[in-house]
Amino acid sequence: MTSRSAKSRSFTRLAVVGAIFIPMVAACSAGTRATTITMVAYDSFPKSGTSLNEALAGFTRSTGITVEIVTAGDTGTMVQKAILTSGNPEGDVMWGVDNTLMSAANDGKIFLTDPIDVDFGDVCVNYDLKWFDDHHVAPPISLDDLLKPEYKDLLVVENPATSSPGLAFLLATVARYGVDGWQQYWTALRHNGVEVSDSWDTAYVDRFSGSAGSKGDKPLVVSYGSSPPAEVVFANPPITTAPTGVAADTCFRQTEYVGILRGTKHLDASRKLLDFLVGTTFQKELPLNLFVYPVNKKVALPDVFTKFAVVPKNPWFVGSDAIAQNRQRWQEQWTQIVLR
Amino acid sequence: MDTDRAALTRLPRWTVPTLVAVPAAGLAVFYLWPLATLLGRVLSASALLDTFRAPGIGQVLWFTLWQAIVSTAITMVVGFVPAYVLARYRFRGRRTALAIVTVPFMLPTVVVGAAFLALLPKGWHGTALAVISAHVFFNVAVMVRLVGAMWAVLPTDLTAAARTLGASPARLLRHVVLPLLRPALFAAGSVVFLFTFTSFGVVRLLGGTTHPTVEVEIVRRATQLGDIDGAAVLSVAQLIVLGGVVWWSARWQRRASVHFSAGPTTRRARTTRERRWLVASLSLTIALLLAPVAFLVARSLQLGDGWSLQAWRTLGRGEVRPGISLGADPFASMFMSLRFALVATSISVVAGGLAAAAISTARRHGRLLDAGLMLPLGTSAVTIGLGMLITFDRAPFDWRAQWWLIPLGHALVATPFVVRSALPVLRSISPDQRAAAITLGASPLRAWWEVEIRRMRRPLAAGAGFAAAISMGEFGATTFLTRSGRETMPIAIDRLLTRAGAIPRAQAFALAAILLVVTAAIIMVAEVGEVGDA
Repeated sequence: MTSRSAKSRSFTRLAVVGAIFIPMVAACSAGTRATTITMVAYDSFPKSGTSLNEALAGFTRSTGITVEIVTAGDTGTMVQKAILTSGNPEGDVMWGVDNTLMSAANDGKIFLTDPIDVDFGDVCVNYDLKWFDDHHVAPPISLDDLLKPEYKDLLVVENPATSSPGLAFLLATVARYGVDGWQQYWTALRHNGVEVSDSWDTAYVDRFSGSAGSKGDKPLVVSYGSSPPAEVVFANPPITTAPTGVAADTCFRQTEYVGILRGTKHLDASRKLLDFLVGTTFQKELPLNLFVYPVNKKVALPDVFTKFAVVPKNPWFVGSDAIAQNRQRWQEQWTQIVLR
Repeated sequence: MDTDRAALTRLPRWTVPTLVAVPAAGLAVFYLWPLATLLGRVLSASALLDTFRAPGIGQVLWFTLWQAIVSTAITMVVGFVPAYVLARYRFRGRRTALAIVTVPFMLPTVVVGAAFLALLPKGWHGTALAVISAHVFFNVAVMVRLVGAMWAVLPTDLTAAARTLGASPARLLRHVVLPLLRPALFAAGSVVFLFTFTSFGVVRLLGGTTHPTVEVEIVRRATQLGDIDGAAVLSVAQLIVLGGVVWWSARWQRRASVHFSAGPTTRRARTTRERRWLVASLSLTIALLLAPVAFLVARSLQLGDGWSLQAWRTLGRGEVRPGISLGADPFASMFMSLRFALVATSISVVAGGLAAAAISTARRHGRLLDAGLMLPLGTSAVTIGLGMLITFDRAPFDWRAQWWLIPLGHALVATPFVVRSALPVLRSISPDQRAAAITLGASPLRAWWEVEIRRMRRPLAAGAGFAAAISMGEFGATTFLTRSGRETMPIAIDRLLTRAGAIPRAQAFALAAILLVVTAAIIMVAEVGEVGDA
């Protein structure tokens, strides 16, 4: 009699535990709604609260398709993650694979259809105008200049193995000094005291002295040709001239793409989103949110852009085939030369 | 009489196979299969030679080896005195001191990494010194536990005899104590070596890009260079080295084992000098262990040059600029971690409980399952994650997007701890008790249930605590299995630390402090449960 009641008590306990556990477990596997698609993007893509997101909300209103944005680290991390999850992706559409990583993305078969270009920009060395004024030194213009003794210990770059602007800058030096010459350039740059950060974020926000509110002490940084207008737009209190400048002969052209990920269950909705992303409504929001140039030629650039951004006449360029064949080896060689 | 009892207490033939089915199948599908996939990748890869010829690999291997050796040596020196003091002296607060010294070992690697980032000056970040000091912090517990356990049962009359014969303290240590402790020292040394050799979270945060170990290099190759073959080659090579060290140390320990049957030998400090020495050595150890934790909390409350609660206040809203999030939501990561820990704990308690029951019931054949379940412990977490990711990528086994893959990976690492807590209790039960129950009219199955299985409750609860702590802090396997938007706390801490700016950094320290408190509390409760049972 006592044992039976003990047994029934333990069954009750089991039922209670089950009643608590099962819904919590089930909650983890909540299904997706048919009209929601996910766009995977790099960390600096705004998730909410900007005019870019308002434009996307307009897309939802007219099509009934909700776009959820998932950020997946910087571009390099995002692309490698997409390769590892190829065929069973983290979303339906990916925003932001650029020409330096496109070969890897294609080798990894992450896209269902050929991705389309949505924007472009230039990766260039930026300088802190005030620092160079204060020290009565002329800012550098070219890659050669960066080796000069007056720029010793002034430059911070991103690691090309972990950061997409870092890779773009490495490719600029490959274009300038050739496949057998860039190694000597970087050896010399190391001797001239180049500092390496893992991400653009750390390099530009923490280490560069010219960004707003920064405590950094490096007046030279690898960033974008459009970083000066960004400084103006985000300045608080407002300013009328850019605090930073761009070394025009150090630039590498980066084009960003958007594509439908292989394994999507929402092909039609994804196609509609792609059409929207290259349309004028969305494209005109790109310059002041992502600080890139829209590919859509019908879009007029904002004043602050035409005034402060630098568009180099002849940016350095490496063909996608050469990048595809050598990227990994170059990254490894660079790691050996600069970090170890 | 014995055969009579065996016949009397014999369980139905299906008992053991039924018990074994779940844990064995889980082990085969989620551990052995991924391991086989990794091996296949290596055998079919012409990359084998390419990987070892790659520039810099030599340096990675060399750094991995020497930092592990140096970390082990320093840990053994630093841990020697606290091991002695805690094993030999009886004093008020001994249990608290023991807890403070042993808890670091179970702390999440990311928390320890973050704590040392908070403690050490900026110039030390990314150096071998930072890595080694964090490793010592982690592993002093191993010395205290393993060497202390042996020291506690060393017969005091041996040392007394030597002293009577005129041996100086130095001579006593060298010729009597150290030789007697040798098996324990060796065991502790090999455990510390294995942990520091495969350390991932600490090296990733503290070693930076300039001081990678094999583990960090595996992740870099797979997630940044896209060189899966190279990552597989390094994983398998590391596994072979680990296997070698385990085999060699097991063999050596069997040969060198010494048995003492002395009772507990703890005593109170007698003289003032002795008391002073005890207090000084213990306070120094405890101060060294608490410093990183204190700095972690302090740095989460610092912004720029002043004190501020901003990091804690903004923990739920991670914005760097309007609309730009931090890339990982700290609050969401807490719920994710709790949820995963709940599932991982349930899986390990069920699988571990079944396995422990099977191992103790099957006696002889149980050893195979016992050894099998221990395998994931000897495999690096990074290897487990990589193996799962490249194995479950084809329909119908494409489980990469399944949320349960992460807690399952955690359970793989945690289940051995559940088995280890439950087995000693089961083994301590005399077969006579079951025979007695049967004589009193119970069926063999019923007797087994009442006598053995019902007693597993407390050790299973302790095992559940360890499993929860492991799942909350797991970083290596999760690095591979994590999906964007479903970050766990360790992943969120890692990502916050790589962001620029004072606020994300302070938030990373705040989140690490939360994880530290949660895991430390779980571990302490579990340890009390386990001790209370022994």
